[in-house]
Amino acid sequence: MSGSFLLSIATFIYGGAGFFYIFAWIFRKPAAGAVATWIAILGFIVNTAGILIRWIGSYKLGIGHAPFSNLYESLVFFAWVIALIYLIIERKFGNRIVGAFTTPIACLALAYASLKPGITSDIQPLIPALKSNWLIAHVITCFVGYASFAIAFGVSSMYLIKYSGDEEKIIWMDIVKPLVLYVILALFCRVLLVGNWTLAVIIALPICFIFYAVVLLARRMPVDYKNRLLDKFPEKRVLDELTHQLIVLGFLFLSAGIITGAVWANSAWGRYWGWDPKETWSLITWFIYATLLHARTVRGWHGKRIAFLSMFGFAAVLFTYFGVNLLPGLHSYGAI
Amino acid sequence: MSDREISADPFAKIWKFFASVRLTIGLLLTLAATSIIGTLIPQNESPEAYLRTFGPFLSRLFDVLGLFDMYHCWWFQSLMLLLATNVLICSIERLSSTWPVIFVKNPSFNVERFRRLKPKEEFSDSRNAGALKDSYPSIIARSFRYWRVEEIDNNGFAVYGEKGRWTRLGVYIVHLSVILMLVGGVIGSIFGFEGFVNIAEGDSAQQIRLRNSGEMRTLDFAIRCDDFDVSFYETGAPKEFRSRLTILEHDKPVLSKDIIVNDPLHYKGISIFQSSYGQLAPQDQALTPQGEVTLSFTSKATGMIYEKKAAIGRQIELPENLGKFVLKEFISAYNFKGNDLGGAFVGILYQTDGAQVEVVLPIRFPSFDRMGPMFNQYRKDNVFISVSDLVADPTPATVRYFTGLQVTRDPGVLVVYAGFILMIVGCYITFFMSHQQICVEVVEKGKRSRIMVSGTSNKNKLGNERKVKKIAHTLATGDQRS
Repeated sequence: MSGSFLLSIATFIYGGAGFFYIFAWIFRKPAAGAVATWIAILGFIVNTAGILIRWIGSYKLGIGHAPFSNLYESLVFFAWVIALIYLIIERKFGNRIVGAFTTPIACLALAYASLKPGITSDIQPLIPALKSNWLIAHVITCFVGYASFAIAFGVSSMYLIKYSGDEEKIIWMDIVKPLVLYVILALFCRVLLVGNWTLAVIIALPICFIFYAVVLLARRMPVDYKNRLLDKFPEKRVLDELTHQLIVLGFLFLSAGIITGAVWANSAWGRYWGWDPKETWSLITWFIYATLLHARTVRGWHGKRIAFLSMFGFAAVLFTYFGVNLLPGLHSYGAI
Repeated sequence: MSDREISADPFAKIWKFFASVRLTIGLLLTLAATSIIGTLIPQNESPEAYLRTFGPFLSRLFDVLGLFDMYHCWWFQSLMLLLATNVLICSIERLSSTWPVIFVKNPSFNVERFRRLKPKEEFSDSRNAGALKDSYPSIIARSFRYWRVEEIDNNGFAVYGEKGRWTRLGVYIVHLSVILMLVGGVIGSIFGFEGFVNIAEGDSAQQIRLRNSGEMRTLDFAIRCDDFDVSFYETGAPKEFRSRLTILEHDKPVLSKDIIVNDPLHYKGISIFQSSYGQLAPQDQALTPQGEVTLSFTSKATGMIYEKKAAIGRQIELPENLGKFVLKEFISAYNFKGNDLGGAFVGILYQTDGAQVEVVLPIRFPSFDRMGPMFNQYRKDNVFISVSDLVADPTPATVRYFTGLQVTRDPGVLVVYAGFILMIVGCYITFFMSHQQICVEVVEKGKRSRIMVSGTSNKNKLGNERKVKKIAHTLATGDQRS
């Protein structure tokens, strides 16, 4: 037993938790929120069990290794960290609406791992380059970082939903926004969904339109109805501070992830940095979040700008994670 | 007044330019954007491969812009240098103003300032100020390392506490770590080298080929490959590559070790890594026992035929100003436009016009290279090359392995690793520790006391609020739990 059955169940449990969080938020039912929390905790337990069974299973097969060695296992761990960090935030900040924006990410990560054809859930033996104790340190630090950025993405989108209307207009952003959105959507359609560029570029167009239609509808919503939806959101500075803390956590772990990767590369290939596409992309992500931190600390950027930068940074994270497999390089063990 | 004078001074202008965080943000985003290019264009491939992919115009353009080795080209390195200078000057600029604040002996504090602060809790206590003066300082001392009590007029006092003043240094530790990493990288590229060598089982080698320049470098010692083994899983995936190596000093073995991927051999500051492997048999049979093959070079201008002995990796000088030739490898089934030409040597001709062209010499087709200039526009039509002695086209018979070793020396690694450690430590200090100050002011009002608690922190404002609330709660109730 490879634990993949349990992990499929965890997918549905996270989905259910997300559903209850959203239900509790929209219909203002605190009881449903409490149920959602228990479901999320259950999902986390099942996810943990799945990982442990997989770990034990690999030893039973005689190819024992920690379950962090391929795309499937990394996605499972990614979902696990998202759930863990979210549950900690819920306990610390006591706001369940954040769950409506984060547990679905955990569900999507697991669903993608199980459903995308070509991602094998078999336990595979380690190839020579991966046989190192640095593997565990590298994968754990990277994915704690990625998961923090994923939750920061969720919180930033909450910020934009609630406050993007009331803040000052930033004109260059209004022009660049749809373009960036389109490019990123096209890229991710290509990376995650379809096998060729033409199709991806075409699919991205209606998604873009749907997104803007939803935004337009939301803007037109009657004010009291809108308030009913948004008044339970954490207040502005809490969302801003939460985003910042998550990014800071992510940045620390991303740095540690890049560093453990470099130390590992030095012990495996005799060089700590080789500008391989995955290395380069992780550095690009690091640059983006470093920009964000400097803009906030020194230049006093807050709110909307930081929320946009945080979402942009997460797009870079996703590309580092999935997109790089389209490019040639040494990190091919993560490939689909 | 003096502002104008300062900005007129060119040195001050340059300093000001580098001390700006706008520059940092600009550089970080530029580096992020330009780094993408090198992940889209494969780096350091052969000119032929680029010509095939991009065509003559684009490949020329990309070459001029340095995009085929962009992370080492002048403009990218200049950006990195700018960033390093920016980080350094920003740090010096800011540190010079925070230094006196960080290393102050007796931090002064101003009750007036704390009265105006936002997270502020107020309550009254039935005890008088004298009684509170006995108990409050010890409560503050529990969570603040530095504290002191000051009298204020009309029977009041203030307890001031602070901790983590030094954590303001965290960000400079991070900046120092970035500079250390870059310096380590520069040390490595100046004093280090990165090379590779293929050694057949039983053979030894003292010369390695450098990866960047392609030149040979002689080591102070020889490496002997006693044995090479590769094992596979049932799935067919490789399980382990293992080379048994012996270091020879003046032909005497001094050290033996099995190396596998992730477990290299270190000797005299040089590290030897398991990098690749291959089978030697066909090439061995195509070569003489000395590892040589005779090639003939026919000059088109004079019609002269020059016979030269060639070995893999050895450079041959050609007469009549025809350039240099290096035999690169032997391919047992050379694929030419879908046809298997059998065993073929592949070499590189360094023409006198600076172009490097690939030359293919199939054993079975001695006149194949006559067509060379037709397939490659950079190839001058002045010489044609063939394998001249009658070697049998070998078929893989006995399997003999060679091990491919990466041989590196990088004295910068320790500096870079020091940078790594400082980066993690510095990030932790910068992000998760803060300089916290608190002030408890007690004013006697009749028999009771009026108490104000307020605090400030240089980061994590929400955490600071919680802390002020918690301290106020502890002071008011004597209860430390919440």
